[in-house]
Amino acid sequence: MNVSHDLGIWVAALLTLFVFSFLYKDNPLYKFAEHLFVGVSAGYYIVLNFWTVVMPNLIDPLVRTFTGVDPVTHAKVVQVGGPFAGSIGDYRAWFLIPGILGVLLFVRLIGRGEWLSRWPLAVIIGVYAGLKTTGFAHGDLVAQVQASLQPLWTGDLWTSFNAIVFTVGLVTSLLFFFYSREHKGALGVAARTGIVFLMVSFGAGYGYTVMSRLSLLIGRFQFLIEDWLGIK
Amino acid sequence: MNLSALEKLDRRWLFLLMGLLTLIPMFFPLGLAVKPTAPVIAFHDTIAKLPNGARILFAADFDPGSRPEMVPMMKTALRQLFDKRCRVVVTCLWQGGSGIVDETLEAVVAEYRAKGVELVYGRDYVDLGFKAGNEAVMVLMGAGFVSAFPQDQRANATASLPIMREIRDYSTVDLLVNIGAGYPGTKEWVQQVNSRFHLPMVAGCTAVSTPEFYPYLQSGQLKGLLGGMAGAAEYERLRNEKGSATRGMDAQSLAHVFVALCIVAGNVVHRAKPKGGRA
Amino acid sequence: MKRELPLLLTAIIGLFMILSFFVPNHLVSVPADFLQQCAVIMVAFGYVLGGANALQANLESIARRQQDWPYKIVLVVSLVGTVAIGIAEGRQWQDSDRISMFLYNQVYSPMQGTMFALLAFYIASAAFRAFRIRTVEAGLLAVAALIVMLGRVPVGDAATNWLPEPLHLGVMQDWIMNVPQNAAKRAILIGAAMGVMATGLRVILGIERSYLGGGD
Repeated sequence: MNVSHDLGIWVAALLTLFVFSFLYKDNPLYKFAEHLFVGVSAGYYIVLNFWTVVMPNLIDPLVRTFTGVDPVTHAKVVQVGGPFAGSIGDYRAWFLIPGILGVLLFVRLIGRGEWLSRWPLAVIIGVYAGLKTTGFAHGDLVAQVQASLQPLWTGDLWTSFNAIVFTVGLVTSLLFFFYSREHKGALGVAARTGIVFLMVSFGAGYGYTVMSRLSLLIGRFQFLIEDWLGIK
Repeated sequence: MNLSALEKLDRRWLFLLMGLLTLIPMFFPLGLAVKPTAPVIAFHDTIAKLPNGARILFAADFDPGSRPEMVPMMKTALRQLFDKRCRVVVTCLWQGGSGIVDETLEAVVAEYRAKGVELVYGRDYVDLGFKAGNEAVMVLMGAGFVSAFPQDQRANATASLPIMREIRDYSTVDLLVNIGAGYPGTKEWVQQVNSRFHLPMVAGCTAVSTPEFYPYLQSGQLKGLLGGMAGAAEYERLRNEKGSATRGMDAQSLAHVFVALCIVAGNVVHRAKPKGGRA
Repeated sequence: MKRELPLLLTAIIGLFMILSFFVPNHLVSVPADFLQQCAVIMVAFGYVLGGANALQANLESIARRQQDWPYKIVLVVSLVGTVAIGIAEGRQWQDSDRISMFLYNQVYSPMQGTMFALLAFYIASAAFRAFRIRTVEAGLLAVAALIVMLGRVPVGDAATNWLPEPLHLGVMQDWIMNVPQNAAKRAILIGAAMGVMATGLRVILGIERSYLGGGD
C-alpha cells in the first residue's frame, strides 16, 4: 500500500467518497459535492465554449477582417476581395450574422423582447432539421433496408436458418409498429411474433445496460484502490 | 424464515453486497479468461490491415462519466495505430470531453517517448480539441478540418501544423475511428460521415449503446465494434495488453452474477408472498 | 410576424440543407457551409446561455432563501470562480499546469464519474425489487437478459465450458445479439428513421412549431 501524496488525488478521492455517501442516505457532504459539481460543470462549459468556439470561430475571424491583423500570431493579414468576400471556410464580415443572432439568444434572460430569440432558434432548428432528415434517410433508412435484402438460402443450413429467423424478426417487428390497423388476424399473429423479437432485444439491451453501469463503478473503485491508496 | 419478508429488505444491504462483490476481485483476482468476439476481432483486423503511415481521424466523443469503458479502448486503439506509425487527428464533440481525451492521448504518446519512439505533435498526431455543434461540425469538416477547427487543443493555429496540410478533409483520411459514449457519437458519424462521405469506419462504444449498433455492423457501415468494458478487455487480449479493462473483468463477472441472482431472488421472494398481498 | 418570419426562415434553411445534400455545386455548398458555421457558433452561445441561466436561477433562490440556499452559494461561487479563472488564464487555459485543468481533473471528472457509478447500486436494487416476471413476454425478456448478462463476461463461458459448444453462454449470447436482437433493433432503427424524417419535415413545413415557445 502506497497512499498517494498528490493533493489533487486526495481532493478527487474525498469528493468521490462524498458522492458515494448518498448510498447510505442524503447528507450535507453529498449535497455539497452535488452543488459544487453543478457549479464547476456550468462554469467549465461556459469557459470551454468561449475559448474553443466563440473566440476561434467567431471573434478571431472578425478581428482579422476588421483590423487586418491575426489575433493569435499578430501577423498582418491581406484579405483579397474585401470584408464581404466569402468562400468555403472564410466568411469574414459575414460572421457578424451569427454573432448578432448568438447575442439575441440572451434576450431570453431579460424577459422583454423574448421573441427576438426566435431568430437564432429558427436558424439552429432549420440547420439541424435538414441535417437530421438527410442523415436518418441516407444513413439509417436506405442503408438498413438495403442491408436487409439478403438471400434466405445461403447454401449452409445454419446460416440459412439464421437468415430466415432474422428476416421474420425484422418484418414482424416492423409490423408490430404498424398501428393504422387493429392487430387482429394475420397482422395480429405477425405483431405477436414481433413482440417476441422485441422482448429478446429489450432483454439484451438490459444486459448491456447492466454491464455499462457496473463498469463505471469498477472504474471508480480502481481509482480509489490504485491511484489513491496505491494498492496495485 | 418467511421468504416474503425479504421483499422489504433495506436496499442498503444490496448496495453493500454489490460493493463488496465488485471490490473483492480487485484484491483477489480470479483470472477468468477473456475470449475475443467477432466484432472486436473485426475492429482489430481493420486497423491491422491499414498500410503503415495511414491517415486516421480519431473521433473521441466521451467525457469522464464513461472513462472506465472508453479510455481503455482509446489507449489500445492509439497503441495499435502508433505501432503502424499512422498519423492521427483527434477530435472531441462532447462538452467536458476534451480534457480526458487529451490526457489519454498524451499518456499513450508518453509511453512511446519512454521507449525512444519519436512522436511529434503536429507532425505525427494532433488534438483538435472540442467543438460544439454535433452533426453540423461533422458535415462542416467535410469542407476542411481547419475551417471547423481553426485552433487546436493547445491553442495553435491548426493551419500552421504540418499534419493538417496532409490530412485536410475526409477525402484525405483512410479510416475513421470513433470512440463514442452516446450523442453525438457512433450513430451520428455513421449517418453524417460514413454514409455521406463514404469513409470506412470502426467504432468503440459504451455497453449500453452496443446493441443499437449491431445493425450497422451487419450492414457493413461499421467494419468493427468494441462494446463496453468487455469489448475493451477483448481488444486488450488481442493486443496482449493487460490494461484496466482486463483487470476489471473479474469484478464485472461477479457483479453480473449478483445482478442475475437479484432478478431470480426477487421473483422467488415475490412468488413466496401469500396470495392477496399487495404487489 | 414575430412567429411567421422565424418559421419561414426555418423552412428556407431546412430545405436548403436538404438541397445541399443532393447538389454539390458551390452555389449551394458555400451558403450551406456558412449556415453550419452559424449553427456551431450559436450552439456555443446556447451553452453559455445555459450557464448564465443556471447562475440567474440560483442567485434568485439565494435571494429568496429557498430550501438548501446555503448549498446554492457553493454552486454560484464555484460557477463564477471557474469562469473567472478560465477566462483569466487565456487561450492556454487547457494546459496541464493550469488551475482550470485542476478543477477539471480533480473536481469535475471524479464527481461526474461517481455520479454515474451510483447507478450500478440502484440497478442491483431495481433487479431485486422491480424485475417481475408475470407474463411470457417478461419471461423472454428475463431469459435474454440473463443469457446476455452472463454470456458477455468471462464467467459465462467459464461456467458452461463443460457443455457442448452451442450451449456455451458466450455462444448463445452471440447468437441472440446477431440474430433476434439485431432483427428487432433494425426494425426500431428503420421505424425511428422514418419518425425523425417525418418530424424534420413537420418542423421545416412549420407544422411543428413548439420550439418557438409561447406568446405571439
